[in-house]
Amino acid sequence: MSITESSESVFTTEEEESFSARYSLWIKEALDELPHNFTITDPFIPGHPIVFASPGFLKMSGYSREEVIGRNGRAFQGPKTNRRSVMEIREAIREERPVQVSILNYRKSGSPFWMLFHMIPVFGKSDGKVIHFVAVQVPISGQEHHRKMRNGSGLSGDMSDYSEMMFGSCRREVCFGHLVHQDRALPVEFDEQELENWEHCEASESEKLRAAEAISNVLSVLTRYSEFSGRLVCGKRYCLRGADCLSSSLVISLGRIKQSFVLTNPCLPDMPIVYASDAFLTLTGYKRQEVLGQNCRFLSGVDTDSSVLYEMKECILEGQPCTVQILNYSNRKDKSTFWNLLHISPVRNASGKTAYFVGVQVEASCRNTESKELRPETRQLSVVGAVRVAVRSSFMVTC
Amino acid sequence: MLKIKRVPTVVSNYQKDEAADESVGCGRNCLGACCINGARLPLYACKNLEKTGAGEKLVLSHEAKEPPVAFLESLVLGEWEDRFQRGLFRYDVTACETKVIPGKYGFVAQLNEGRHLKKRPTEFRVDKVLQSFDGNKFNFTKVGQEELLFQFEAGEDGEVQFFPCMPIDPENSPSVVAINVSPIEYGHVLLIPRVLDCLPQRIDHKSLLLALHMAAEAANPYFRLGYNSLGAFATINHLHFQAYYLAMPFPLEKAPSKKMITTVKSVKISELPSYPVRSLLFEGGNSMKDLSDTVSDACVCLQNNNIPFNILISDCGRQIFLMPQCYAEKQALGEVSPEVLETQVNPAVWEISGHMVLKRKKDYEGASEENAWRLLAEASLSEERFKEVNDLIFEAIGCSNQEEEPEGTIVHQQNPSGSVNQKSNRTHGGPITNGTASECLVLQ
Ligand SMILES: Cc1cc2nc3c(=O)[nH]c(=O)nc-3n(C[C@H](O)[C@H](O)[C@H](O)COP(=O)(O)O)c2cc1C
Ligand SMILES: [Zn+2]
Repeated sequence: MSITESSESVFTTEEEESFSARYSLWIKEALDELPHNFTITDPFIPGHPIVFASPGFLKMSGYSREEVIGRNGRAFQGPKTNRRSVMEIREAIREERPVQVSILNYRKSGSPFWMLFHMIPVFGKSDGKVIHFVAVQVPISGQEHHRKMRNGSGLSGDMSDYSEMMFGSCRREVCFGHLVHQDRALPVEFDEQELENWEHCEASESEKLRAAEAISNVLSVLTRYSEFSGRLVCGKRYCLRGADCLSSSLVISLGRIKQSFVLTNPCLPDMPIVYASDAFLTLTGYKRQEVLGQNCRFLSGVDTDSSVLYEMKECILEGQPCTVQILNYSNRKDKSTFWNLLHISPVRNASGKTAYFVGVQVEASCRNTESKELRPETRQLSVVGAVRVAVRSSFMVTC
Repeated sequence: MLKIKRVPTVVSNYQKDEAADESVGCGRNCLGACCINGARLPLYACKNLEKTGAGEKLVLSHEAKEPPVAFLESLVLGEWEDRFQRGLFRYDVTACETKVIPGKYGFVAQLNEGRHLKKRPTEFRVDKVLQSFDGNKFNFTKVGQEELLFQFEAGEDGEVQFFPCMPIDPENSPSVVAINVSPIEYGHVLLIPRVLDCLPQRIDHKSLLLALHMAAEAANPYFRLGYNSLGAFATINHLHFQAYYLAMPFPLEKAPSKKMITTVKSVKISELPSYPVRSLLFEGGNSMKDLSDTVSDACVCLQNNNIPFNILISDCGRQIFLMPQCYAEKQALGEVSPEVLETQVNPAVWEISGHMVLKRKKDYEGASEENAWRLLAEASLSEERFKEVNDLIFEAIGCSNQEEEPEGTIVHQQNPSGSVNQKSNRTHGGPITNGTASECLVLQ
C-alpha cells in the first residue's frame, strides 16, 4: 500500500512504447471502451509495472491512472492479503501460464475487498515471447454465504467441490452475458473486520465466468490491434522462444538488480548481448535496441589495451571468471571514455551447462568508498550471485 | 540407545574425521581463543522490528515496484560468490543438474554426487533430541575465519546498520553467518547464534527470532531458513540454522492448508491435510515476535518431550512450518523399507520441504513423485501420533482446543472419547516423558 507515498509517477516513454511497438494507433482508446476492471503489465520493463489500467479498475481501486501506471500490481496488497494467493500469482507469472485465484486487496482509502483475480500471458505469435500479462479483477460479492466458510477455511484444490456446493448460489445476482454497468462492478461495502477475518473467499461460478469473459474480450481487442500493426499477439504460445530471447520470468528477476551488467550468450555466433540492465545503458549512453544482439567489443576503442582484451578472451574460452580494468568508450553526449572495472563470469543453467556470461561494470572513478556501504568488489560479486540464482531456476520451469 | 550410521555432511573445510581431529593443531585462523584476537568481520545489524512495528513493517516493505535486491541479499550473495571464486567449496553446486519432477506436487530433484564423497559413515545417536554440547567434537568455533561471511544481529535502531570491518568481540559472542562448504544450492549458509557461547542444537526463543529477522531482512521469498533437531538429521550439535536460494516454490509451501486454531495473539495454526509429512503451519500474529514465540513454545515442548522435528521459515518470515518426524528412529529400529533406505536420502528439512538431493545418478534419472512421496511418508508421524503431538503443542502454547469448539474449527482435535484436555486420554497412555519418541514410529 505504498502508491501514494511514492514520489513521482509519470508515463515514461518505456511504458508508452510498450504499446506502440506492438499495436496500431488507438489501442488504448479501444481498451478504454471495455467495461471490465483490468490491468496490463509489461514484464520486460524493470519492476514489471502496470502499463495500462482500465477506467473500471481505477474506479474500483480509487486511484488515478497516473498513480497506477508504472507500479507493480502488488501495490494493492496489504497486511491481510492472503499469502497463498500471492504465491500462486507469482508462480503463474514465473511459469508464464494463466491463473484464477481470489485475493484480498486494498483501495486507496485503505478499505479491503476481496476480488477474483484472473491473469493470462499474451504471447508474440512469431517469437513465442511473452509481450504482456493481462489481469482482470472481479470484486467478489455474496458475503452471507462466505461467512460460513470460516470453518472450512483456506480450502483449495481437492476441496473446491465442497466450497462450490456452498457458494454456487450467490446472494447478489450478477449479470453476465451482457455488459455490467460500472457501478454494479463495485463490490458491496462490508464490515471491514468481517472482511479481513475470512480465511479465504471463493468466487461464485458466475463471477468466474465473468472474469473469463472479460479476459477474452481484452485479448480479442489486443489481437485485433496487433493484426493492424502486423506484429501479432495471441493467448497461446505457438512456438518456442528463440535462443536470443529470455523468458519473462528471468527478465523479471534480472530487473531487480540495479547495477550495471550484461548477459551474453556463448551459444550464439559472436556471443551477443541478450540482456542489458538499465544501469548499463546509463553508464554507456546507448539505447537498449542498440546493444542487444551486439558483441561487447563496441565498448573498446583505439586506446584500449589489446593485452587486456586478449586476457579476457582467454578467460572466456577457458570458462574462468576474470576481473580486469579496461578503457571503454561511451556513447554519452560528451562521448567520454571511462575506466571500467569489469568482472566476467560464466553462468550455468539448471543442467549445469554454461548458458551465459555475465559482465559487471563498475566505473573506476565512481568507486564508492563510503565506509557504511558494501565494498565495491562485494557489490560486483553480488550481481554475479543474483544472476546465477535467477538463471539456474528459470531453466527449471516445467511447461 | 538408538543409533544410525550415516555419512555426516561436511559443512566446514576443518571438519576432519572425528578420529583425526585431535591431531589438528591451530594456526588455521579459527574462532577459538588461539586465533580470535584481532579478528574482524563485517557486521550487519538489522532493523529493530519491534520499533518499526512488525506487522506494519511487513506492509511497508511491499514496494510498489519489483523490490530491488535488498542490502542483506547483496551481502550474502556477494560474500558467498567471493568464497566460491576463492575455491572454498568442495564442488560447484551450480554444475549439479537439477529438475522439477513431473507431477502434482512439483518435487525438485538435484543430482549431487560430490556432497558425500570422502567421508566415512559415523554413528549418530537418534533417540535424544537434547544432548549437551561436546567441545571435543566438531563445532563452529573450529571453522576457519575465511569461512565466515559476516556477523548478524537484531539491531536496536529502527534502521539497518552496517560496519564493513568490525572487530569480533569474544565477550559478546556474536551471531555469525558462515558458508556451508557442501552447499545444496547457491548461497547455502549457516546462521550460528552466539557462536562462542557453544549452545547445543536446541531451539530457544531468542535464536528463533534471530532466524526470523534474517528471513525478513533478506526480503526474498526464495531465501528460506531451515532447522533440523537432533534425531531429525542435524549432524552437528552446535546451534545452527541453514539457508539458501532456490527460486521456485517448495511443494510444502504449495500444499493446501486447513486452519485448526488461532491463538490469542492472532497466530493462525493450520495443518496440511494432503502433504505426505504431517506438519503444522504457523502464520500471522500481532507481531513477528508473537509468531516466533508461539513456534518457539511449540519447539520447546517437542524438545522436552523428546520428539525430533524440522522447521522451515518461509515467505520472508511470514510462514513457519513445523514438522515432527520419526524417520531416524524407524531407521534405527529397522522399520524403514529397504528401497527407501537404499537411496541414502535423509529426510531433513529440505527434503521434507520437497527439495530432494540425490546421490546416485540412477535415483536422479528415475526420480518420480511416487518415490519422493514414499520417502517422505516414512518420515511422517502416524495420524494418531500426530494428534497426540498436536495436543501437547496446543497445551504448551496455551490453546486448549475446546475454546474454539463453538466455531467448529477444530473437529479434528477430538480424540475418540471426546475429551480433549486430559492427558490420561492419550491413546498410548502413560506419562509424556522421555521415551515417547520411540512410540512415534509405529505405523502398523
Ligand atoms: C497484469 C497483472 C496485474 C496484477 N494486478 C494485481 C492486482 O490488482 N492486485 C494484486 O494484489 N496483485 C496484482 N498482480 C500481482 C503482483 O504484481 C505480483 O505479481 C504478485 O504479488 C506476485 O508476487 P510478488 O509480489 O512476490 O512478486 C498483478 C500481476 C500482473 C501480471
Ligand atoms: Zn585457532
